[in-house]
Amino acid sequence: MSTVMATTAIKGFFADLKRNRLAYYYTLPAFLVMGIVILYPFLYNIVISFSNMSLTHFRDWHFVGLRQYGRVFADPLFYATFGKTLAWTIINVFFHVVIGVGLALILNRPLRGRAIFRTLLILPWAVPQYITALTWRGMFHYRYGEVNLVLIKLFGLPPIEWLSTPLGAFGACLITNIWLGFPFMMVIALGGLQSIPHELYEAAEVDGAGRFQQLKNITLPLLKPVMIPAISLGIIWTFNNFNVVWLVSNGGQPADSTHILVSYVYKSVFNYYRYGYGAALSMVIFFILLLISVNFIKRTKGTKGVY
Amino acid sequence: MVGSYLHKDPWWMTTLIYVFLIVFTIATIYPIIVVINVSLRPGNMLHTTSLSLIPKNATLEAYRTLFLHKPFLRWLFNSTIVSGMVTILGVSLASTAGYAFSRFRFRGHDFGMIVLITTQMFPVTMLLVPLFIMLISLHLYDTFLGLVIAYSATVLPFCIWQMKGYYDTISVSLEEAARIDGASHFGAFYQIVLPLAAPALVITALFSFMGAWSEYLVAAVILNDKTLYTLPLGLKQFQSNFDTEWGLYAAGAVIVCIPVVALFLVLSRWLISGLTLGSVKG
Repeated sequence: MSTVMATTAIKGFFADLKRNRLAYYYTLPAFLVMGIVILYPFLYNIVISFSNMSLTHFRDWHFVGLRQYGRVFADPLFYATFGKTLAWTIINVFFHVVIGVGLALILNRPLRGRAIFRTLLILPWAVPQYITALTWRGMFHYRYGEVNLVLIKLFGLPPIEWLSTPLGAFGACLITNIWLGFPFMMVIALGGLQSIPHELYEAAEVDGAGRFQQLKNITLPLLKPVMIPAISLGIIWTFNNFNVVWLVSNGGQPADSTHILVSYVYKSVFNYYRYGYGAALSMVIFFILLLISVNFIKRTKGTKGVY
Repeated sequence: MVGSYLHKDPWWMTTLIYVFLIVFTIATIYPIIVVINVSLRPGNMLHTTSLSLIPKNATLEAYRTLFLHKPFLRWLFNSTIVSGMVTILGVSLASTAGYAFSRFRFRGHDFGMIVLITTQMFPVTMLLVPLFIMLISLHLYDTFLGLVIAYSATVLPFCIWQMKGYYDTISVSLEEAARIDGASHFGAFYQIVLPLAAPALVITALFSFMGAWSEYLVAAVILNDKTLYTLPLGLKQFQSNFDTEWGLYAAGAVIVCIPVVALFLVLSRWLISGLTLGSVKG
């Protein structure tokens, strides 16, 4: 019975291979490269996550079942870091979207010199992330950093200990990442706004709808289908944004208090050589993110009937 | 407040918008000004509490040191080679794979698209150790080829999605007409569709290039030989020494940014259409 099903499945596959031969030619090279660099390591990582691989057991590792996963969930630091990662993601994406959409709304109006503003406001996206992070780290220096100098000299405020306190370092990472992330949302929103037909506003005008009503009933609902995929990507990228956290806080300083999950794993893998543990924690991070994303996409699609 | 542009704004509203835009734009480009400023400071004035936009006794000393006394040209050369190869590989693989996903309903089509998105959720730490072990056994550790393959794979998922979305907006009837005129399937793709997809190709090239030009972590794991260092690895060395080499870091950062920022500015018009068209209609 099952062999019959298997043979029909295989026959079907070969029939499809013949019919869509070209499609396989086109996709094969890309998937080959991704198979080597992404799929194989992914499977290998699953294997390691069930082992005791570490610096002392690098070649002579053996399977230890679910022990590494048990360790992950028994560690109170895991829950604290997870909470911080959630806060990190929500705050970042919130500001990216609010600033990005807000600027797009302003720049979509007939405004003299808007091309210049648009160009200048895209710049943070163009700067390589590691340079952004390293530069902001310099700018957060307590005595010579420009952030504190501006606070003191321009606003008469006391300087803030950005990099030497846990809260300050986390804030520094947030500011850096918000700075580099809003242009992406702005560009997407600008594209979305340009695709909204002008007649809708004219019709609304005839019906006597005010500006606020037009924004609420036309602009935002029609912007939503464009923004949802961008926000999903934003959540995924921010959740795992290693560069900014690692480089701004210089590896989680002060005293490993500035970590999100991905930098926390990096530390345990590359500084403490706990390969098995790191692999298990990586798997857990992946599944958490998968759950969050699927949930987000499902929910936002569920409200599609509104417009 | 905003949304429709049928009304003409009252003068105070326009003023308010301009004030906001100008303040926000200054705040946005301020860090870039800071880097340029630091790169122009003379060596004994790296630590200053002055906020002037152009430093006193501005000098190009840091740039001179960078090019003459540091292996900066070497890093620049390495990064250019790696980024160039990743761009070629990324564009050719993503343009073909994206086309297949747009035009064919083959087995594994939907699954493939989901796999592409899912790869974006892998934490980078998950791939680093296995990749490291694998590249050693393939004798690709400490080679550009290993780095190029790794980078290409990481930029491909997003680029394929991107290309697929754009192809979806191009009507199939054009290819069908070409087929009737006797063009092969590949000919129709290569001669008809590909030129029409130029905006998306440009964006794919830009992202592939940037992905390689700006990447730090994978390079740090794969490259050990200092003569193979790419720009991010080299610049990170300067930065870790805040006291003496901060100026060198800044000068290097300015030079690294120039090509990408120039590309971005030239392509910013296409960025909006190339990036969103797919998601609007797809």
